[in-house]
Amino acid sequence: MVNQILVFPILFPLLSAITMLFFRRSVAIQRIISILSSFLLLAAAGWLLAAVISGGMLTVQVGGWRAPFGITLAADLLSAVMVAASALIGLTTVLYSLATIDRERERFFYYPLLQFLMMGINGAFLTGDVFNLYVWFEVMLISSFVLLVLGGTPVQLEGAIKYVTINLLSSSVFLAAAGILYGMAGTLNMADLARITPHLPQQNLLTVVSVLFMITFGVKAAVFPLFFWLPASYHTPPVAVSAIFAGLLTKVGVYALIRFFTTIFSHEAVFIDEVLLAASALTMLSGVLGAAAQYDFRRLLSFHIISQIGYMIFGLALHSPLAIAGALFYIVHNIIAKTNLFYISGIVERITGTYDLKKAGGVYAGHPVIGMLFLIPALALAGIPPLSGFWAKFVIIKAGFQAGEYAVTGIALLVGLLTLFSMMKIWNEAFLKDLPQPQVEGNRYETMGFGRRLLFFSPVVVLGLVTVLLGVFFEPVFRLAETAAAQLLDTQAYITPVLGRVK
Amino acid sequence: MTLLLAIVTGSLYAAGIFLILRRNMVKVIFGLILLGHAANLLIFTVGRLTKGIPAFVPEGSDMLTGRFADPLPQALILTAIVIGFGVQAFTIVLFKRTWLTLGTEDLDMMKTTDEPPKE
Repeated sequence: MVNQILVFPILFPLLSAITMLFFRRSVAIQRIISILSSFLLLAAAGWLLAAVISGGMLTVQVGGWRAPFGITLAADLLSAVMVAASALIGLTTVLYSLATIDRERERFFYYPLLQFLMMGINGAFLTGDVFNLYVWFEVMLISSFVLLVLGGTPVQLEGAIKYVTINLLSSSVFLAAAGILYGMAGTLNMADLARITPHLPQQNLLTVVSVLFMITFGVKAAVFPLFFWLPASYHTPPVAVSAIFAGLLTKVGVYALIRFFTTIFSHEAVFIDEVLLAASALTMLSGVLGAAAQYDFRRLLSFHIISQIGYMIFGLALHSPLAIAGALFYIVHNIIAKTNLFYISGIVERITGTYDLKKAGGVYAGHPVIGMLFLIPALALAGIPPLSGFWAKFVIIKAGFQAGEYAVTGIALLVGLLTLFSMMKIWNEAFLKDLPQPQVEGNRYETMGFGRRLLFFSPVVVLGLVTVLLGVFFEPVFRLAETAAAQLLDTQAYITPVLGRVK
Repeated sequence: MTLLLAIVTGSLYAAGIFLILRRNMVKVIFGLILLGHAANLLIFTVGRLTKGIPAFVPEGSDMLTGRFADPLPQALILTAIVIGFGVQAFTIVLFKRTWLTLGTEDLDMMKTTDEPPKE
């Protein structure tokens, strides 16, 4: 019966979103339901993680249809960790939204949309079926489309055009790839595919399909050269929306890449790994160089999302147990640190009235605590010990040297340095230098009440704490990542729990 | 029949890609819709075309034998059509709203989110 926990991370957001629709006029009730549902989701995700750690992989055959005929939900360690991380981000984003989202957006279904987004993300992490993954992607995308344009300011609409168009294109590529895969293998169950694909006669066509999947997930994950939509759109919506997009959406793409090129196309990986290796180097470089030119707080961070994605892809491309474990740790570290930085960009905007780093300043003098709160995720992102980012980079780079990929590993080291440069640029411009006169209008920080400030800062403090703890208690966390990586590289470990004892 | 559908699918892809490369928003929507149709027809075609053999279990038997039309690709396409319909409806509204707000339908004019802020 313990297997049924698997359904909760999808069920809770769905039920709460639908319930909220009945309270269309009462924003207060919607807020309460959001908080309750997010706490429940976090509890369920924690329970799921504990169950998977102690009892191994969990599977549910939806509707009781035996795999591979029905839809399978499956949680191995990777899925469980991703769901736990997304639940944490979901909760902090709801708290942050309570403090920052304006009344108008709240009235137009902001909270239900957030829950639908969480449902899509969790569904994508938990499904064991390729077509079902497509459906969850669409659930996630349509919610993200609406969240992105909610409010309808000109920049939002313009960013949304780019975001929506590229994502629809990538969805149609996904659909075509899934169709061709079904035509060849006669199944779309991930475990069944893992069993069948190595023995298919049309291996050349299989390579084509795997490249199609690489492109579609590459768009979602913002891998070079498919990342241009990201810095064009992520800085346009309210900060809470930017933060949850930055933390989770690209990581769903990375998760799908890891799932497909370890579990499903494990034998296909040699060719894909070469492509991914080159792409990862260029992703890291172009992201960090793009960031160096930016002076808008959130655009700068958006470019950093791209360069950090490069590290994860690098880990996947190296394909050794150590590298994959490093990539998994990197994903968790990055989800936490990056979301936190976006939250802080919102705080800085409240205080100085602008996202433009040239016009901002003086935050450290007026609010030293906020400066410290910024330094935790910023230094973690740059890889300063003992924070989580140091270990994440250390493991990936060690794996790179072990594999003998000196050129790309060198780039990874250089990019770490440039990341530090960007973070110091934010520090110098927004925190250290005096506030330029005349000051930008609209300092709304002083007018915030105590309750609102509590909601405003609690996400930042919680995520900052997690970043520190991930760094200090690196060893047990990394042992978990190593187990997850070992599970991923052992295809049979995924096949047997889903399909039972078939040969 | 397979050849015909292959040609139709290919033409839809070509037309769709041509249209999404245009600068006019309306043409881009049509391009996206055509690409969706092309993907659906692709699934239909690679799922094997079988004529007049529905997937019914014959009386007195408890499983299908021999050739039969696989219903699963059709289920996939149905799902994809429904999803595509919803997403396309959203996109059309988005594009209309954008046109009303920005006063242009030329995608090349929409570059403020890509430019660094002005001095």
